Amino acid sequence: MAGKQKEKDHKVKCLVWDLDNTLWRGTLLEDKEVMLIPEAVELIKTLDDRGILQSIASKNDHPLAEKKLRELGLFDYFLYPQINWDAKSQSIQKIATLINIGIDTLAFIDDQAFEREEVSFSHPQVLTIDAALVAQVAELAVMRPQFITEDSRRRREMYQSDLRRKEVEEGFSGPQDAFLETLGMVLTISQAKQDDLKRAEELTQRTNQLNTTAYTYDYDELAVFSTSSDYLLLVAGLDDKYGTYGKIGLVLVEKRGQTWLIKLLLMSCRVMSRGVGTVMINYLRNMARAAGVALEAEFVQNDRNRMMYMTYKFNHFREKEKRDNWILLENDLSRVQVYPPYMKLITDEM
Amino acid sequence: MSTIEDAVRSFLGQFVSDPDVEGDHDLFSSGMVNSLFAMQLVLFVEKQYGITVANEDLDYENFKSVNAIVGFIQSKQ
Repeated sequence: MAGKQKEKDHKVKCLVWDLDNTLWRGTLLEDKEVMLIPEAVELIKTLDDRGILQSIASKNDHPLAEKKLRELGLFDYFLYPQINWDAKSQSIQKIATLINIGIDTLAFIDDQAFEREEVSFSHPQVLTIDAALVAQVAELAVMRPQFITEDSRRRREMYQSDLRRKEVEEGFSGPQDAFLETLGMVLTISQAKQDDLKRAEELTQRTNQLNTTAYTYDYDELAVFSTSSDYLLLVAGLDDKYGTYGKIGLVLVEKRGQTWLIKLLLMSCRVMSRGVGTVMINYLRNMARAAGVALEAEFVQNDRNRMMYMTYKFNHFREKEKRDNWILLENDLSRVQVYPPYMKLITDEM
Repeated sequence: MSTIEDAVRSFLGQFVSDPDVEGDHDLFSSGMVNSLFAMQLVLFVEKQYGITVANEDLDYENFKSVNAIVGFIQSKQ
């Protein structure tokens, strides 16, 4: 592979494309016709299916390039395309900031050595790829995510709906409950099925902040929990009028006779400030009440998950036992709480 | 109205359409606000009044109503 390849084990989360003589043969501003490079189009579609995001850093006329990309049916594949006359190192930095991912998870493909070197000079962590090698890119280990799930395939779409949501939220003046009400959120909580297990494994390994214990479980363990009568493994999905957030929450409950113990409760950072945690806990409290059992939860404190401790405490959990960072909490089920009016809850018949 | 209460109600106004509730009204069980609000409230109290809210203080009773919140802030000052 041409170019520098430091931090080789870093999986690529976003590939940034040059346009002229990388995506198509020819120079848009000079040639009458440009011709798509079939291997490039194939790569775009392959990576999109794998949940790898894509963007553009091209020195070009934005309206003209956008028009061409729309004609070719490719424009929607790219997030935050940077089509301007800035240095590409700047465009790359901007893309990482706007998507909110580490710049070391970006790769950049361009036919010109000068552009690749300019990017490498400012951002040595970025993998740069010679466009001549486009047909081999899909085979690179860094382009093969550890998990490919239904949610990966929809990742770009989810980022795009997030973008629309943020625009509306920023333009909204008024109290937060009024904004949340405009979203028309629907939370679906269901028992994990086989299709969900890969995503569940991914969630246990990738979610740090909104995670009560950070216990990780692999596919086989989760498969056992999902079918065992001693456990309850629930996944939560969120949708709103802008589209789906995908499967964003996971709960593992161990049924210990007259006590149910929440071993793990987590949710994706993308749903922070949506009130999902409260609704999930409230649902578990109602289930425990219906089953006539006590509800307890484990919590393992670290420097990032204080928010989940608060979520437990404000949903009627109290500390019962504590050993170093490990805390056992018990719930006061006598306090009844209603569901917030801005979120519709759909659940299995359990 | 004390200034602390003013500040708390104005903070509450960012989250709910009707922040002029009774001082003892339970904000949580009535579904007016949720733990998302609670977390932001804790951060607000810490920042605005320079209080560190320890795990023991993170109690529903300290934050459930306007009066409870004002009382908690005063007890920490």
